[in-house]
Amino acid sequence: MKVSIYRYNPETDREPSMKEYEVDTQGKDLMVLDILALVKEQDQSLAYRRSCREGVCGSDGMNMNGKNGLACITPLSQVAPGVLEGKKPLILRPLPGLPVIRDLVVDMGMFYNQYEKVQPYLQNNTPAPAIERLQSPEERAKIDGLYECILCACCSTSCPSFWWNPDKFLGPAALLQSYRFLADSRDNATEERLSKLDDPFSLFRCHGIMNCVSVCPKGLNPTRAIGHIRSMLLERGI
Amino acid sequence: MVTPVTSLGRNGLYDWLIQRVSAVIIGVYLIFMLGYLMTAGDLDFASWKAFMGSICMQIANTLLVIAVAAHTWVGLWGVTTDYLTSLTFGKAATGVRLIAQVAIALALVVYLLWGLVLIWGGA
Repeated sequence: MKVSIYRYNPETDREPSMKEYEVDTQGKDLMVLDILALVKEQDQSLAYRRSCREGVCGSDGMNMNGKNGLACITPLSQVAPGVLEGKKPLILRPLPGLPVIRDLVVDMGMFYNQYEKVQPYLQNNTPAPAIERLQSPEERAKIDGLYECILCACCSTSCPSFWWNPDKFLGPAALLQSYRFLADSRDNATEERLSKLDDPFSLFRCHGIMNCVSVCPKGLNPTRAIGHIRSMLLERGI
Repeated sequence: MVTPVTSLGRNGLYDWLIQRVSAVIIGVYLIFMLGYLMTAGDLDFASWKAFMGSICMQIANTLLVIAVAAHTWVGLWGVTTDYLTSLTFGKAATGVRLIAQVAIALALVVYLLWGLVLIWGGA
């Protein structure tokens, strides 16, 4: 099958280009990461990130035939119709909207900056209990669908609002994490957290496009979390 | 936190609310007008003028004109701050955005005053 990969080495290339490779899958429905390993055997200069190869670390987020996802848990048959059969090439590009360091490796700095802004850690200024802060099963259930995020950046880099204002709009990943702590019964910094989201950009640049929901490899729903935060802001503001 | 000075409510929640409330006003007005036009039968200038000259319609039209102006400003402010940025215009972005926003604001003020004169001018 044909594989077309975005190549760019800032030390030698004036501009990025797409390079074609031919890979023999022996008809198997391999994961995209396996294809990259086969390409790497042919061309040692190819750079990409990978680690756990089972959809837990979030290292190998990339754009596969136009849709973001994790290469390690995306089989060829799910990339696009015709790719597995070899009728269409597999097209791999880095995550859109972030600066490219080399080939499929992007600089995640802007993404992590926005993550840092939501203070993604438990804040509670009441005296700590002797053993631990307890939650009822119902309170614990409220952070299901929020805590599972692995920060692969597939969602934020598929969001047009994040492309246009990556410094001002927090992006779906950071906002999901923001709500993860807003919804946590053990956190009592709700007012401080909400007051930082009340400007026209940080949260309200979300226009409900829902690309984040369609690409999340963990099946999470940042748009719903953003809607919950908006409701909290509404209750607080009027 | 970002604090823009040219957004209508200077606050994300207010802008968001203004956009929704104005959309409801425009929607209700359109549905009402559609219903009126479908049930009014043969309209001539005199009956149309009498209908539009009633105090209820003057208030409804005023609300509509204000809602359209507010809705347009919030929407276009979003468009200018999305697309007229340093990503597309480099260092000239601030100037380009300012010119665009001032042009849109002036057009909306003219539209608003003109609309109010038409509604309340009584000519």
